Amino acid sequence: MKRTQGNFDHINGWGIDADPLDVPAYPMKKRTENDNKGMIWERPSQQPATVEVLHSNERPNLTAVFGTPNPPSGLSGAIRRYAFKYSESHVAHWLLLLAADRINMFEGVADDFRKGHVPNVFAELGGKSELKHNPAGVARKAAVGLALVLVVTALIRKNN
Amino acid sequence: MIAMNYRGPYRVRVDRDKPMPRIEHPGDAIVRVTRSCICGSDLHLYHGLVPDTRVGTTFGHEFIGVVEEVGAEVTNIKVGDNVIVPFNVACGKCVFCEQGLFGNCHESNPQATAVGGIFGYSHTAGGFDGGQAEYVRVPYANVGPMVIPDDMDHDDAVLLTDVVPTGYQAAEMAAIKPGDTVVVFGAGPVGIMAAKSAWLFGAGRVIVIDHIEYRLEFVKRYAQCEAYNFRSLEDPVLFIKKTTDWIGADVCIDAVGCEAAGSAVQTITGRKLMLQAGSATALHWAINAVKKGGVVSIVGVYGPTANLIPIGNVVNKGITLRANQASVKRLLPRLVEHVRAGRIVPREIITHRVPLEEVADAYHIFSAKLDNCIKPILIPPSARK
Repeated sequence: MKRTQGNFDHINGWGIDADPLDVPAYPMKKRTENDNKGMIWERPSQQPATVEVLHSNERPNLTAVFGTPNPPSGLSGAIRRYAFKYSESHVAHWLLLLAADRINMFEGVADDFRKGHVPNVFAELGGKSELKHNPAGVARKAAVGLALVLVVTALIRKNN
Repeated sequence: MIAMNYRGPYRVRVDRDKPMPRIEHPGDAIVRVTRSCICGSDLHLYHGLVPDTRVGTTFGHEFIGVVEEVGAEVTNIKVGDNVIVPFNVACGKCVFCEQGLFGNCHESNPQATAVGGIFGYSHTAGGFDGGQAEYVRVPYANVGPMVIPDDMDHDDAVLLTDVVPTGYQAAEMAAIKPGDTVVVFGAGPVGIMAAKSAWLFGAGRVIVIDHIEYRLEFVKRYAQCEAYNFRSLEDPVLFIKKTTDWIGADVCIDAVGCEAAGSAVQTITGRKLMLQAGSATALHWAINAVKKGGVVSIVGVYGPTANLIPIGNVVNKGITLRANQASVKRLLPRLVEHVRAGRIVPREIITHRVPLEEVADAYHIFSAKLDNCIKPILIPPSARK
C-alpha cells in the first residue's frame, strides 16, 4: 500500500537510491564467449593442500584457496569423510556432518585433558556475564535444579 | 596469539597459544585485527546449528585491521594500510565474481558449492579462521580488502564489513518503489540497517516486527520507523493486512533467519529437534503478509537442509523471492558515500565494546539478549594500547 502524500524531509537521504537503473547491488551479467561452457575462467594459482581438505562431490577439484585449520581427525573426521560421499542435495550429507560436530565436541574435551587443560565450562558458557546481568535467571535455574534433585532423591527413597 | 576458540554449542573461550596465521597462497595477506564484531549469524554457529563447525575454529567474519604482511601477488594493498575486509572470500575471476556475485564465488570454498567462502563461518563456508583474533589470514587480498578512507571512523568501518551491506542489499533486492510499505521482520543489527536503507530507496512507510522490547525501542529511534512487538499482536500477518487496508505490504524483508521465535511448531521442529534447517517463522510471515505480486527479500541465514515453507502461497500470490549473502565489495563504494554524508551512521548501533579476552561473556550477552545489547565489538589487546 502506497502513501504518496508523505513528507520525508526528516529522513536524511530519502529516495536517493530510488533510481532502479542505478543500484549497486543488482548483479549484472557479463556475457563472454565462455558462457555455459562450465568452469572456464582464468583460475587463480592453486594453493597447495598441506593438510587433508574435503571437497564437495559437486565439483571436480579443490577451489584455488581454502582454509587449512582444523583438518578432519579422529572418529568425527571419519564421519565427515563419509558424509562427503553424498552430494550437498542429500540430507545424509548434512546430518552426518552435524553428528560429527557433536562427537567432535567430546573429542575436544578429551584433547583438553590430554594436554593437561581442565576446561572451565562455567567461564566458557559466559557464566560471569549471566551472574552480572541476569541474577534472577541464575536463581531461577538454581531453584529448578534443586527442585529436580529433591524430587529425584524422594522418588529413589520411596522406591527403596 | 590470542584467538577465540569454539568448543561446542554455547561454549567458547579465548586461547593464548593459537598459531600465527601464515601466507599460504601468493594472493594472501596477514592482517592485524583492530576491531571485530560478533554477528547475529555467528550465533547460529555458537548454537551448534551450522553443519561442519569444528571444535577449535575461530569465528569472526566482521573485522578490520592493519596489513602486516602480503604475498608475492598482492599489489592492491600494502603493509601498514588500514583495511576493511568484506566477509566474503572472493577470487574476482570466476563466472560469478565476474557478475558481481562476490558472495557466490566458486573458487573460495571446496566444501560446498551452494555457499561461497566466508571468514570464520565453519567448513561449510570454506574452513577459514575468522577475525575474532589478533591476526587473520586474508586470501585474495587484491580483491576484497578496501583501504579505510582517512576521514572514516573505524567503528563505522567495521560495520561496513557485513551488517550495513547486508541490510542495504536486503532493501535493494526488494525493488522498493517510492511510497511502498516495507515490513522488516527482525530488529537485530541487520534488520535495523534494512529499515534504515528502505528509506534511501524511497519507502513510504517502514514497519519493523520483533519481540524484544529494547530492540524495538532502538530501531524506532534509529531508523525512524514504526515498530511492533508480535507478542502483543493477535497475529502479525493479520496486523499487516489490517494496517494496509487489507491488501498486504508491498515488500517484506526476512532479516531473522533460522532462529526465529513466534511459532511453537517451527521452534520445536526447526530449533529443538533440527528436523528442518531452523525455524522459518519469519519467512512464513513475510510470504503471508506481502501483497499479491509483492516482493519478499531474504537475508536471514538458513541452513543447507530443507525448510517447511509455504511455497504454494508464493506461487498462488505471484510473489517475487530474492535472496543472497551480501556481495560486500560491490556495495562498498556506495555505502562509503552514504556514511560520509551522514545518511547512515553505523557506529550508533554499537552498544558493547569488549576486550577480546572476554569473548565468552560477549557471546553470552549477545545470545541471551542481556544488558540491552544490540551490537558488541571485540577489541584485541594490541589495539587497546
